[in-house]
Amino acid sequence: MTSLTHDPAATETRRPKDKLLIIAGSLCGLLVFVALFGFLFAPYPPDQTDVLASGVGPSPDHLLGTDSLGRDILSRALAGARISFAGPGLIVLASAVCGTTLAIFAAWTGGWVDQTLNRLLNVVFAVPGILVAVLASAVFGAGFWAPVIALTVIYIPYYARVVRSAAVRERNMPYVEGLRLAGLSSWRICSRHILRNVVPIVLAQGTIAFGLALADFAAVSFLGLGVQTPTAEWGVMVADGRSELLNGDMQQSLVAGACIVITVVAFNIFGDRLGARYGADR
Amino acid sequence: MSQEALLNVVDLSIELTDSVPRRTLVRDVSFTVRQGESVGLVGESGSGKSMTVKAAMRLLPRAADATGSIEFEGVSVLDMGRRELARYRSSDVAMIHQDPRAHTNPMQTIGDFLIEGVVSAGLQSKAAAIDRAIGLLDEMGIKDAPRRMAQYPHQLSGGLLQRVMIASALMSEPKLVFADEPTTALDVTVQSEVIAIMVEQIQERGLGMLFITHDLDLAAAVTDSLVVMYAGTVVEKGKAHDIYAGPRHPYTAALLASRPSTTHVKRLVSIPGRPASAYEVPTGCVFAARCPFATELCRSDRPVARELDGRVVACHRAEELTHELKTAASA
Amino acid sequence: MSAALGAAGTILAASFVIFTALSFAPGDPVAQILGAKATDEARAAKRAELGLDDPLLERYWHWLTSALHGDLGVSLTFREDVTSLIGPRLETTFLLVGSAAVLMVTVGILLGSLAGIRPGWRPTITGLAGLGISIPTFVAASALISVFAVKLGWFPTFGAGEGLTDRIRHLVLPAIALSVGFGAYITQITAAAVREEAEKEHVMTSRGRGIPARQIIRKHILRNAALPVMTASGLAVAGLVSGAVVVEQAFAIDGIGSLLVKSTSSKDYSVVLAISLVIVIVFVVVTTIIDVAQVLLDPRERTPR
Repeated sequence: MTSLTHDPAATETRRPKDKLLIIAGSLCGLLVFVALFGFLFAPYPPDQTDVLASGVGPSPDHLLGTDSLGRDILSRALAGARISFAGPGLIVLASAVCGTTLAIFAAWTGGWVDQTLNRLLNVVFAVPGILVAVLASAVFGAGFWAPVIALTVIYIPYYARVVRSAAVRERNMPYVEGLRLAGLSSWRICSRHILRNVVPIVLAQGTIAFGLALADFAAVSFLGLGVQTPTAEWGVMVADGRSELLNGDMQQSLVAGACIVITVVAFNIFGDRLGARYGADR
Repeated sequence: MSQEALLNVVDLSIELTDSVPRRTLVRDVSFTVRQGESVGLVGESGSGKSMTVKAAMRLLPRAADATGSIEFEGVSVLDMGRRELARYRSSDVAMIHQDPRAHTNPMQTIGDFLIEGVVSAGLQSKAAAIDRAIGLLDEMGIKDAPRRMAQYPHQLSGGLLQRVMIASALMSEPKLVFADEPTTALDVTVQSEVIAIMVEQIQERGLGMLFITHDLDLAAAVTDSLVVMYAGTVVEKGKAHDIYAGPRHPYTAALLASRPSTTHVKRLVSIPGRPASAYEVPTGCVFAARCPFATELCRSDRPVARELDGRVVACHRAEELTHELKTAASA
Repeated sequence: MSAALGAAGTILAASFVIFTALSFAPGDPVAQILGAKATDEARAAKRAELGLDDPLLERYWHWLTSALHGDLGVSLTFREDVTSLIGPRLETTFLLVGSAAVLMVTVGILLGSLAGIRPGWRPTITGLAGLGISIPTFVAASALISVFAVKLGWFPTFGAGEGLTDRIRHLVLPAIALSVGFGAYITQITAAAVREEAEKEHVMTSRGRGIPARQIIRKHILRNAALPVMTASGLAVAGLVSGAVVVEQAFAIDGIGSLLVKSTSSKDYSVVLAISLVIVIVFVVVTTIIDVAQVLLDPRERTPR
């Protein structure tokens, strides 16, 4: 390049800051903070009943009203965030570890192992999550762990599919051949080099998966097969609110429902923008 | 070659409106294609040749803005209404694209592809169009035309598919054919064959042709006149054999010098630097940065295109370099 | 043919996995049948009668052969044949899933095509779809009930209804709740597919040939975009069946979904097994049909090179 022609990279208009990424990211951060410490800000203990003020609308005493047992809805929503996040958090963590390991193993080994695993993951990917969660609660009993175990299995292909294709791409890169020729073991190449390069993709997928898993986890609670009432949890709250709907008291269902939708939207957008930024092809 | 002008492009400029500042892709391009004349539009990638043709078909992307004038038989193409434009595209002009695989719908049969344009424009009945399509495929040297009509693009080789594309361009008996690098995407082995068929079919019918290519040799061989573009501007234009015999612009000379020789093995002289786009070049001559003959004047003032010995050249030093360029081109 | 065999194999494998999983589930059916006061001898006799002490494979074989003859066992809680228990509820569920499918596919494809073809509509529609995909079915159900059933009183709150018109009236809100998420999903897929096709070079070829815009949209953009949309729709229809479990629970509709939840809670495993199998069968059949249709519609798959 001669000095007189312009460098196209220099004249390239700078990519505008991704505002959506920042907004959704901050919202996700705030939600995680609420999940961890929200109970500290709850005006009442989540299980405290106030018989004199049951099923009342928003008031200075109860900002979001109370449910039919007189429990403060704001307090329950704040305290409920904890379990509502813990379930999907565990699911996302466990399925990310399993999915990524399986995918890198498959991509590195190749051949029939890769093919078999790939086919198996496709089958699991197509299986309806709710059905597996229902069966799990039949086998393990209703509670916190049945949906966590079932959804972990269901979410494994969610990572494995994208990580596998990324890992195959990495494996075929010249630098990997170089490392191999330099005498590095497969384990070292996979764990140090390939893993490091797929981490952004796993993070982006995991962020989206968190929102989806939160909705699924809450749905199982709603069905009465996951976390059980009277524990404060958003899915349970929507279910508890069903009977109040008929009396026209919709605060509990709507507050808990809104919490779920806001969380899912925030994590969806955040994960999507992260993926766009770090080039995860979904 | 004093016939009526088919396509007359005057001071065409194209800018991209979706970036700040606006990026210029093509600047003040003028040329004419007469009835039955073949014109070669030659330049490297980024020279703006494809954008010029897209503008002539009104196929520019939404974000590109064309100014200046493009007239077809005296009618302004840029001002055509929806109906006029549809008529112009369906019966006056036709285009042969670079990559026939990408430019055909994989879900459509060859036959449907061939007849769709003329039938939907109401130019021919379906039955007549089918007959004509089969006849054209025959003329393109495609055996077993009726069977091919029922096949899909993926069942044809690239060379075969490009012949189908040529046939499709001739379906409506247009007056002018745009051929945009028609063989670049094909296997080397079939390139010359496809070019030969295309040129033969177009010239036999007395149609005008605008042949877009980066290959000056090829353009000189199949066209009557040449328009050489660099960085969105016309640097030289004139009769094909004149330019081939004696280029008057350093860029044209460099293009000729960088071609591989067919008669003896020698080291290829490549043009130093990399082709630039219109919006990248600073003031002064667009080619100054890569030109071995550039002076201070070339770097500060942009040369105006001017008449010189029956052709148009945009170079400050065209007269004094006549001899140097001739030797440089044949070196 | 091979597709049908593959589907049958998948169903068989799934039935075995579910059967095995449920055999490890806690709970003693004998205690449930005979009550707590039964003697040990009576229990042992009952266990033998039900074949509960046989090896797993033998029990599975026994269940499978009976199932193939239409005998899915007896429900412990309802004291009724599982087949006759499921039959009428299956109809209710299919009516729900069917209407939700029609709603989801029409609205999804219409909005998606609009967003794909008209860039002006794109931000609005993709934004709405992004929101829709984030609303879980049970939240949508609660919101719909509170607004359209309780506040406005346009539709009944709960139940499945009697007679055709009443049934349809009862189905409106559940069908909408069920179709929101998957409808948004189809909208997104359609918008992306149509947009991708619209930017293809062959579409530019057609424009350059003076083919009318309507015809280009219909013959070249929408027809080519149909393949990915069809795959997505198939997956979504299959997904509706499991979504129905939640919707039926939310609207107290007496279909196989709410029966599945009820039976799981009451450890009525022969019912759970049967309904799971129905869901798996619907799922496998729908996806198989989509696979076959895909090959039939795509000339690149159908014709030799």
